[in-house]
Amino acid sequence: MSNFYQRVRRAITPSSGDEQRVDGDEGERDGVRTDGGVVNEDSRSSGSESGVLDRLAAGIDGRLGSDFLESSIFWVPPFLLMGLFVYGAVIWNFLISLTDYQRFANAPDYSNLDFEMYTRALADSGFIDAAVNTFILLVAFTAGTLAVGLILAILIDRGIRFENSFRTIYLLPMSLSFVVTAQFWLWIYNYNNGIANRVIGLVGVGPISWLGNQAIVLWAVIFALMWQFSGYAMVVYLAGLRAIPDEHYEAAQVDGASTLKMYWRVIIPQLKGATISAAVVLMVFGMKAFDFLYSLVGGYRPPNGADILATKMVREAYANLNWAYGAAIAIVLFAMALGVIGPYLVYEYRRNNL
Amino acid sequence: MTDDTLRTDGGTATFTARLRRNVEQMTIEDAGLYVVLLLAAGFYLVPIESGLVTSIKTGTAIVETAPFAPPGPSGFTLEKWQAAVEALLRGMGNSMLYAVPATVISAFVGSITAYGLTIPDWKQSYKALVLALIIAGIFIPYQAVLVPLTQFWSQWAQLTDLLSFVWALGIPNDYVGIVELVVTHVAYGIPICTLLFRTYYKTMSEEMIESARLDGATLRRVYRRIVFPLSGPMFAVVLIYQFTQIWNDLLFTLVLVSTESSPAAPVVLILAGLGTSLEGQDFALRMAGAFFAALPTLAVYIFFGDEFAEGVAA
Repeated sequence: MSNFYQRVRRAITPSSGDEQRVDGDEGERDGVRTDGGVVNEDSRSSGSESGVLDRLAAGIDGRLGSDFLESSIFWVPPFLLMGLFVYGAVIWNFLISLTDYQRFANAPDYSNLDFEMYTRALADSGFIDAAVNTFILLVAFTAGTLAVGLILAILIDRGIRFENSFRTIYLLPMSLSFVVTAQFWLWIYNYNNGIANRVIGLVGVGPISWLGNQAIVLWAVIFALMWQFSGYAMVVYLAGLRAIPDEHYEAAQVDGASTLKMYWRVIIPQLKGATISAAVVLMVFGMKAFDFLYSLVGGYRPPNGADILATKMVREAYANLNWAYGAAIAIVLFAMALGVIGPYLVYEYRRNNL
Repeated sequence: MTDDTLRTDGGTATFTARLRRNVEQMTIEDAGLYVVLLLAAGFYLVPIESGLVTSIKTGTAIVETAPFAPPGPSGFTLEKWQAAVEALLRGMGNSMLYAVPATVISAFVGSITAYGLTIPDWKQSYKALVLALIIAGIFIPYQAVLVPLTQFWSQWAQLTDLLSFVWALGIPNDYVGIVELVVTHVAYGIPICTLLFRTYYKTMSEEMIESARLDGATLRRVYRRIVFPLSGPMFAVVLIYQFTQIWNDLLFTLVLVSTESSPAAPVVLILAGLGTSLEGQDFALRMAGAFFAALPTLAVYIFFGDEFAEGVAA
């Protein structure tokens, strides 16, 4: 019987090695290592031929690769821990959102499940506003940050002196937490003494109540977030620009393209990968804007007009004790995140980038 | 000419830069470039600078001087810094209590997870699937796990009872929140740490590992003797990144520790409510507190700026 598994194993491994060899050096590496695995395998099974476990192990290894069982000790426990806290918790959260869990009850009652919380959300104008604000914040913040980051990266990539100093300064806000930057911007947006009103006062506008005006506050928050993260977009774009071969610039120059045209037609299209990965990460930062809004007011209720799903969820659950309703809002937020992340992961998986 | 030679030492993009630059326009274009870059630098620095000068102003100086101007000799005071340090010092200690262990543990766990999913030989497509599931965990909005997390720690894993021998030593049992924070941050830190180490291990030279494997070395031995000693640079990146993230996180501390008056309150929680009272906001105190709370991450950034940039770009 164990012979059979070994034969199956031998029959499978070379072919799987061949399959992978098509991919280039990745496959080659795997092929070589497979041979090493076979040697190990032989010595192990000759030691205890009749062990059922051994045969089972050989079978699993044969199907999945020679190191599968031995390597599982490294990644299975962390994978389970993380799976429990991420996927287990999301599923649990969905279950809670189907209950009527609220107030000071210790645990939700899982016997009566319905979608009442979701219909309640659709009827709640505060929820609709928060959803719209979340969408505006994500799109405007991501697009704006990418644009600023790209311009900075192009400027810095022009072979300037003190490049490292400029890069360090642009990235500095990113090292600060939302709690800290919120204090700075609260001061900047101060009605009487803030810098924002001083600056627009120079051109004879204002003063404006940046955080008090419902039509403006969201944009003020987006601007502050852009300040904090455009350095990040710059670093990602800079890496992308450095990966473009010099010949592409030369060719564009020889063709007599203007600098602007060269970037627009030749360089920027090649930054697609950098744009996608930066955009995904920025959206994630955008969804964490909760910390910023909470610190801005030091409480669960953000300024009127700047409520987003993240703040509404925490407020409903932890201030109003509407646990199930908060969980339902969280599921909507999760679905929005999935809408961004899912396609990205599929895209990376297809390109063999994982 | 000397200008260019100097630059060759500094940047890698000099060749393209030289090509791109039209010789006649050089000076004007250069000057414009530097003006724009300096203006941008000003834009990034002014909020921080204005916070710093405000933190050392007296109440009257705040109203009388421009928000970005330094205070005159009469308007200078360190009183607010004193108050901020007093209010935040215990929070700093509490933050260290969970940020340091959580950072170290999650970096180590990320390293072995990435090792098990990169170096050993098993089916590539299954590896990619496990990795995809792990990496997706980076992008979860934490709101989606908050209510279950509260349930888990308050109803299922009742650490307060388990750790009763610790409270018997006279440590307030609020500190159970610190233990919960360590476990929580480790669990949610695994995805990003794994991804960072994975990108590093993918480029690791294979000959040494292969020959060790052919000599019959176990995977554990290969990790201990070859992979772990070579992981130094990536450990620097991951430790810096994780420390900044965990130190700065507000959401989990808000949910697991909940009140800023708790003896176990981390620094971010105290800072969020600092300087707010019924009479209005004490901006100088807020700014001083913000700087004090940011000191550890600023120190990390200043001393390991390049590694930080590397970690951020990864």
